[in-house]
Amino acid sequence: MAIFNLTINGKKQQLDVDPTTPMLWVLRDHANLVGTKYGCGIGSCGACTIHLDGVAMRSCQLAVSQVGEQKITTIEGLSENGDHPVQKAWLEHDVAQCGYCQAGQIMNAAALLNNNPHPSDEEISGAMNGNICRCATYVRIHAAIKSVANV
Amino acid sequence: MTIIKTSYGRRSFLKTSALAGGGMVLGISWLAACKSGTSEAEVLAMPKEWFNITGYLKIGENGVVTIMSPNPEIGQNVKTSMPMIVAEELDCDWKNVIVEQAPLDTSIFTRQLAGGSESIKESWKALRTAGAAARQMLKEAAAQAWQVPADEITTEAGVLKHKSGKSAGYGEMASAAAKIDVPKEVKLKDAKDFKIIGTPRKNVDGQKIVTGQPLYGLDYKREGMLIAMIVHPPTFGMKLKSVDSTAAKSMPGIKDVFTMKVYEDGYEKQWCDTEAFNEKVVVVGNTTWEVMQAKKALKLEWEAFPSYSENVQGWGGPQKVTVPGGLENTDSHKSKMADLTSRPAKLLRKDGDPEAAFKSASQVIERTYSAPFLAHNTMEPMNFFANVTADKAELVGPIQTPEFMEKTISARLGLPLEKIDIQMTRMGGGFGRRLYGHFLVEAAVISKQMNAPVKLVYTREDDMTTGVYRPAYYVTYRAGLDENKNLVAFHIRGGGTSDSPVHANRFPAGAVDNYLAEDWTLDTNISTGAWRAPGSNFIAGAEQSFLDEVAEAAGKDPIEFRLALFEKAISNPVGKGNDYDAARYVGVIKEVKEKSGWGKNDSANVHRGVSAYFCHNSYVAQVVDMVMEDGKPVVQKIHAAIDCGILVNPLAATNLCEGGMVDGMGHALYSAMTFKDGTPEQNNFDKYRLIRHSEAPKAIDVHFVKSDKDPTGLGEPLNPPIIAAVANALYKATGKRVYDQPFMGNMQVPG
Repeated sequence: MAIFNLTINGKKQQLDVDPTTPMLWVLRDHANLVGTKYGCGIGSCGACTIHLDGVAMRSCQLAVSQVGEQKITTIEGLSENGDHPVQKAWLEHDVAQCGYCQAGQIMNAAALLNNNPHPSDEEISGAMNGNICRCATYVRIHAAIKSVANV
Repeated sequence: MTIIKTSYGRRSFLKTSALAGGGMVLGISWLAACKSGTSEAEVLAMPKEWFNITGYLKIGENGVVTIMSPNPEIGQNVKTSMPMIVAEELDCDWKNVIVEQAPLDTSIFTRQLAGGSESIKESWKALRTAGAAARQMLKEAAAQAWQVPADEITTEAGVLKHKSGKSAGYGEMASAAAKIDVPKEVKLKDAKDFKIIGTPRKNVDGQKIVTGQPLYGLDYKREGMLIAMIVHPPTFGMKLKSVDSTAAKSMPGIKDVFTMKVYEDGYEKQWCDTEAFNEKVVVVGNTTWEVMQAKKALKLEWEAFPSYSENVQGWGGPQKVTVPGGLENTDSHKSKMADLTSRPAKLLRKDGDPEAAFKSASQVIERTYSAPFLAHNTMEPMNFFANVTADKAELVGPIQTPEFMEKTISARLGLPLEKIDIQMTRMGGGFGRRLYGHFLVEAAVISKQMNAPVKLVYTREDDMTTGVYRPAYYVTYRAGLDENKNLVAFHIRGGGTSDSPVHANRFPAGAVDNYLAEDWTLDTNISTGAWRAPGSNFIAGAEQSFLDEVAEAAGKDPIEFRLALFEKAISNPVGKGNDYDAARYVGVIKEVKEKSGWGKNDSANVHRGVSAYFCHNSYVAQVVDMVMEDGKPVVQKIHAAIDCGILVNPLAATNLCEGGMVDGMGHALYSAMTFKDGTPEQNNFDKYRLIRHSEAPKAIDVHFVKSDKDPTGLGEPLNPPIIAAVANALYKATGKRVYDQPFMGNMQVPG
């Protein structure tokens, strides 16, 4: 075990965990933030996507010891009142079916739009290809992202 | 207006007594956190007091209504659609509705099950009755207060009115209404008066989902809760031989390592108790990561088991199931299935004289179709919370069959049913996987052993390699055409692993004079179960691909060819018991023909495939528009026409239809679970191929045929036919017919 000082959603937190623990489990088991989802544990499904200094990361592939001073943002901290443009677009398009993967989809989409505010269809598809939706809501996810991109 | 009794058989489901006392149905704080606001983000002012009107709903003094959603929510959106039906008959304003997930309570609710696409269909009357009874009780309360006849009182959007000018909100009459007896009969609205049913309403959990609030079983937490994981044999046909847990037990955060039996020896399983690996190793510790590490430190040996048979209480009564020993391979499954299909099999139906008709046919077309095992791969892996003490068991998590599993838990723990409390969380997917609740039993047994609250968590690998797969299937079709290219003989023979996909009385039975259907099953030790649209999710693709080929051989347009067969089934049906309404089939085919502009403005670059199927009580026809880009098929658009009776929530219905089609298309193109010497060759998403964002259709058009029939489901019927719509479009695009799923083979996983 070791002490880590992390900045999660703008708040400093001190956590005592095994240094090899992936951020996914640090968030879920230690920081009480369960919006970040476990899907595969090998970086193949995107359900655990968070932002590390604004860059989309698979939190299951990021050991707590690698984080250092970098700021972590989870779905709970994407916006203060749940009104980030991507969250609003998700509600407007009624994207979710089971909803389990959607936090990861939203975090990935928010990072894409932050980096590239007006992505083409191909750029959206390319950026979102690592995020599996088993309910297959892809058409709505695409439309929701486009609605933000076209503003 | 329909008058309906408020009791069904022995069950008077509108009891209020069980919930008397302020109506705090769910007092547990975590579940209170699962309350859903309206689809908008607005927060309703909470009432000071709730009044239980019936077990389905309570009304606050300020007019806010809480409606219980009885059935498990797996993404089919019943948590919005079912309460909409109650709200309709209650005649309240949807903006003032809060939805809560009901716990398992067989004294109030009927059929709390997610399966067969039947949540809405089976509960349609019960939900309407629950709303109408409450409305009647509110009217009675107002009638007593105003000293006027109850039938002179009208309601609108949560307000009671009398011609004298008196009016009151539901909240004002809730206290008095709660004391009124549930009426023996109630009047239901005419469909033309519906104000909520048939209107688009957003997911009541939408805001919670997009902000990452705890909703799912895996998110559940309890003070003092431990994390448990299991290890099951890595190979079907093997069982546990020895365990060395010395190293694992001494690892940080680990509380215990032991072995457990899911079911006790001699237990007669229910259909939903499917489990290939009865003995498992359990690791219990403080945190998920610590338990995962300790699992890797276990030294385990496995050994082969001999064949055995067991009695199972199936849907249709007791069944004897044979589980063969040995280590199975995908290649040998296929050769065995081919062999079984080459010989006469069990006769299911025979019309006319198929043998003679094939002999005299001027052309016989024979084609064989196959599909592999599939894993469900719900995005949320199997998990469950259990807190078992000497005298009661509390279980919380994702399960499609709580009522059945309560019986299993009762038998396993030796506790009466009333000492078992099952609460359902929102589920990260179901697709049939969570019909089979061995993980509840495991969680309960582990909690009892540890004498502590425990959350059992499967890793993705545990989940993907534990079985309950969609069976592998294999079927051969033959069609005989006469000299005028009329279809005069039809033969289907096929089967699958532990299951047959052949239905005696489905189309084209009833539309062909000489018809023969036969089937077989192949025993396997790889466990199988219902996977979205069980019994249809392969055969629809095979049948509708074959008919496309027969239509081509007959020189007919594939839509006109199908319509002619249905016209025959309407005007001069062959045989008895035909399991479809040909007129409704025609309805959806004509609708998709018109809406897709079939046969009009055809583009040389756009290749079209059509398909139609009826299963799980709804009718579906689809047209796929495909283009080839860099040698790869791209679905530009899917056009779909659906007849599911009255449409409850068009927004949710459209979403579910879109997902069903993309899911069906994805599995047909890309997915397979294969085996080498009993071991699954795919154990995570790097090897198991699922459809990805870039491969989804670019657009989907969903059209619902107008109907006044009672509603039927949408979770499953969209999935099966799309297999053939895609296959038939692929043929047009490439000139090659595809017969074996997955059509694209095992392509590399992108991303």
